[in-house]
Amino acid sequence: MTLAETSPRKVRTLSRQQTVFVGLVCAVIVIALAEIAIGPVPLSLSEMIDTVTGQADPMPTAIVTQIRAPRMVLGLGVGLSLAMCGAVLQGLLRNPLADPGLIGISGGASAAVVIVIVLGDLFIGELPAALRPYLLPVAAFFGALLVTALILGLSKKNGEMSVGRLILVGVAINSIAGAGIGFLTYISTDTQLRDLTFWSMGSLAKSGWLAVLISVAIMAVSSLALLRFTRALDLFQLGERAAFHSGLDVMRIKFTACGICALAVGAGVSIAGPIGFIGLVAPHIARMLVGGAHRALLPASALTGAVLLLGADLIVRNVAPPQELPIGLATSLIGGPFFLYLLLRTGKL
Amino acid sequence: MITGRNIDVAFGPKTILRGVDVDVPFGKLVALCGPNGAGKSTLLSALVGDVPTARGEIHYGNTELRHMDAADLSRHRAVLEQSPTLSAAFSVAEVVRLSIPIEYPPTDTQVLVAKVIALLGLELFADTPVPNLSGGQRHRAHLARVLAQLTANRNLFGPGYLFLDEPTASLDILHQIEVMKTARTMARSGAGVLVVLHDLNLAAAFADSICLMRNGRVASSGKVGEVFTAQTLSEVYATPISVQKTGESPLMILPDYHNAA
Repeated sequence: MTLAETSPRKVRTLSRQQTVFVGLVCAVIVIALAEIAIGPVPLSLSEMIDTVTGQADPMPTAIVTQIRAPRMVLGLGVGLSLAMCGAVLQGLLRNPLADPGLIGISGGASAAVVIVIVLGDLFIGELPAALRPYLLPVAAFFGALLVTALILGLSKKNGEMSVGRLILVGVAINSIAGAGIGFLTYISTDTQLRDLTFWSMGSLAKSGWLAVLISVAIMAVSSLALLRFTRALDLFQLGERAAFHSGLDVMRIKFTACGICALAVGAGVSIAGPIGFIGLVAPHIARMLVGGAHRALLPASALTGAVLLLGADLIVRNVAPPQELPIGLATSLIGGPFFLYLLLRTGKL
Repeated sequence: MITGRNIDVAFGPKTILRGVDVDVPFGKLVALCGPNGAGKSTLLSALVGDVPTARGEIHYGNTELRHMDAADLSRHRAVLEQSPTLSAAFSVAEVVRLSIPIEYPPTDTQVLVAKVIALLGLELFADTPVPNLSGGQRHRAHLARVLAQLTANRNLFGPGYLFLDEPTASLDILHQIEVMKTARTMARSGAGVLVVLHDLNLAAAFADSICLMRNGRVASSGKVGEVFTAQTLSEVYATPISVQKTGESPLMILPDYHNAA
């Protein structure tokens, strides 16, 4: 940008796209503050400021620092990264249905978690108590990675990755993971069953600072790494062959981008459970707001995902306090009908 | 110049090309003709690096094709596929910009995009989403993208090659002629151009040389007048074809409908 363009004489108006981004950032900030302020014990803005400056009573301080702030940070991280991964997968596979859940990444992570919940006592009885809280995240993460490796390996046909095959492999892996989960659910005890049910519907509640920070750090780094693929994703819209003709190392891009998505999704699922629809719906909303070019689409999807997830969490926490509904219920309840609306509105997918 | 020598291409047990020799010199327009299934598109795919050769060698100048990666190749050749696709609602200008390398200066990119769009008569549609255009306009938008890639890389790295796989298939007569004129202009400005063509009259009117294929082999190659003879064409296409020449105008190639097999 030259000096002349920024000189004060020239009145600059925001483009439509800039306006959308300003709006989205404001929405994220507002909803993040609401996530801290609203709950069974409502907090005013001054109380919130007091907790930050250390002048508040112990009770509100504890509510903010121990319960609501880690929950908000986790919600931000999971919403951002699920939506970003959804947008990347949709671009990479040129398929508007692509979503970490669809191609089996979330399924793999879930299966690993369920195995640990139900069968964990059999083989990890000796594990020191201090390490047990990290068992689920680690298992989910490796489940996601394993499935991603499997998907990438099995989807290759004559040395090329075929999109149709990838989605079919994802469907197969999902059904295998589902069968495994079903069987384990059948043989689980009542307590395990309750754990399973709640974990499988997703929740931002069970999160201490350490686990939150670790997984959010992984999600943040992965999401930033995904931003480097914007031009490649635009070229993928021409088809893989034309992308190659334009200078893209198609296989390498696909493998690295999918690997990074597995990392981000594994980190999210491990701590919050498989939260559906964010990865599917957020990129569609973002596409309506800023268009299909990935330089705008990826950040817009991420922000939309954060708004949707924190919004869903606000709802489930406040519908029947102090009881909490699982967040997966809210995302599916908002996401499902919205998706149907999209389907009917455009007449195609 | 691109030189292909003794090229074999096989898909599994099926051999598609056998011992094909082909040259694409700078500054020339080569038309690749032949009946369906002759191996034209496969040869084009081998020359641009899409499919590996089972035998033989392809050289871009002195560099062997197998030693060039995707980025190298994109600097030296641009390809228009038979049926270009687009999965996003990008505008014509956005599509044209897509294949221009990132190292090309931004201001030059803007100028180039406008120039290429004007060259293909798409000025009115520069901001229109490509999926909203007619089939012919869409095809021209993709041609514009390919020409922008070729031109930007020529300015950065020197002349390159243009490959067009049946670029006239979905176009009306006027636009067929315009596309072929554009291809010839690119050749005259220094690029090596290879066009897969079914329309023998277009090939006769615009090509500098012809490579005529049948059953995975080169049946005949050389100057238009040498390759397009009634005897050769009738043999290659397995149906009677006559060739007429009047004065300076291009050859007229007419199938004999009444005596067709």
